[in-house]
Amino acid sequence: MVNFNDIMETITMIQDENLDIRTITMGISLLDCADSDIERSCEKIYKKITAKAKDLVSTGEAIEKKYGIPIVNKRISVTPIAMLVAASGGDPVKYALTLDRAARDVGVNFIGGFSALVQKGFSAGDRELINSIPRALAETQFVCSSVNIGSTKAGINMDAVKMMGSVVKEAAELTKDNQCVGAAKLVVFCNAPEDNPFMAGAFHGPGEPDVVINVGVSGPGVVRSALAKLPADAPLNEVAELIKKTAFKITRMGQLVGTEASRMLGVPFGIIDLSLAPTPAVGDSVAHILEEIGLEQCGTHGTTAALAMLNDAVKKGGVMASSSVGGLSGAFIPVTEDAGMIDAARKGVLSVEKLEAMTAVCSVGLDMIVIPGETSSSTISAIIADEAAIGMVNSKTTAVRVIPAIGLGDGDELDFGGLLGKGPVMKLRPQSSQKMIDRGGRIPAPMQSLKN
Amino acid sequence: MKAVVTVIGKDMVGILAKVSTVCANNNANVAEVTQSILEGYFCMVMVIEISKLTCQLDELEASLKASVPDMVIHVMHEDIFNSMHRI
Repeated sequence: MVNFNDIMETITMIQDENLDIRTITMGISLLDCADSDIERSCEKIYKKITAKAKDLVSTGEAIEKKYGIPIVNKRISVTPIAMLVAASGGDPVKYALTLDRAARDVGVNFIGGFSALVQKGFSAGDRELINSIPRALAETQFVCSSVNIGSTKAGINMDAVKMMGSVVKEAAELTKDNQCVGAAKLVVFCNAPEDNPFMAGAFHGPGEPDVVINVGVSGPGVVRSALAKLPADAPLNEVAELIKKTAFKITRMGQLVGTEASRMLGVPFGIIDLSLAPTPAVGDSVAHILEEIGLEQCGTHGTTAALAMLNDAVKKGGVMASSSVGGLSGAFIPVTEDAGMIDAARKGVLSVEKLEAMTAVCSVGLDMIVIPGETSSSTISAIIADEAAIGMVNSKTTAVRVIPAIGLGDGDELDFGGLLGKGPVMKLRPQSSQKMIDRGGRIPAPMQSLKN
Repeated sequence: MKAVVTVIGKDMVGILAKVSTVCANNNANVAEVTQSILEGYFCMVMVIEISKLTCQLDELEASLKASVPDMVIHVMHEDIFNSMHRI
């Protein structure tokens, strides 16, 4: 029998500290749906998704009831659609509309995989898909898109970086009457993981099995509360140790839910992504963990060091708790989705430059950052290039999800509602990067030895 | 299969009686009961056998909540605690 205190600890985590399973994501391969006729291809996709995922939402709900743990999202990720466009040709938006219809009919809240992998160059279908992203995101509700433009092994495809600057801007422009939300559903990756269950960057990599269940756990609130109980003079190695233990418990719960979901659905269990994913809810913030460690406000000096320790400790605890850890796994720092970061950004304590430094030590990149509407596409491309360079050189995943607030500037805010949250427009440098971006070409892959 | 029922709130007459009545009505055998006062609150942890339960676990939780409306009640499967607190 588990002891009384352990039981009370679990109950408090769920009831007061927002512990939840953030997402159960079913990865579905669409490679066998490819057809030279786009209409037939779409029909096969719709049939496969609705057949494989028909019980996903009800299974998620059944597990919630059985275990008493909230499972916030049920989602689907699919094979990068550019691969299907390669076979069929035609307007890629048709695929987006099909995915959207399938997502609506099975009841999931996001479907990811309107994606292209172009880190080394473009193949058939890639350019068409990338150019259609803004329209696809404007015309659909549930579809999320991602493009991988660089990797440690391949370098950075600067032609794709240039394209993505305009694509991000256009995605925002086409949805300017709806808080520019198009850009919030588009991620530009370097070293994109193929098994990530979190949106907007989820897609089902070509190396994955036919169907798989991936689980994303969360729990910034739990970590913060655990740290609040430590004495203020506890050394940082003890802080790291406590984060590790807490991450272990959170991940164990994810492992239980993932195994159960995979058993009930008859689908192999893929990975647990043990990311600390914040929500705008009070008490569910990664910034507040950093502040609990001892910073007056997230974004001040010391933030990078605290985040590096947090990210590493979360991984160490999680790896011990599950044999199949994958995805992004670490701490997320999406500005508009984190109450503490929103606050720090409003006060000007948290700047884009500091966020960029933070991305070098945490699991994602510049995430959910609202930038001025007048930002040029070349500046957005330059932001993407900077971030991709950090990922490429440090052999880690980085990403950019910035939202140009069309028609808005300094002092204004965007409000997406729900999990995407809200946030102020953050300042960028006005100087141009146009000439560098116009060069295009490729940044060669970095040395993997002589590292200093 | 077992589940853990936790009841937290202000102490009052008849909590245990009401909770165990609901369990009995749904054919859940009470295997173990621990109670204590934590920070001034009454806390009861009850382990129940649910193999022969005549309703769903969430329905049991709903009936328990209805029987002692002033208390905070959670019903959770024991697997959760075993996986989180045991290696």
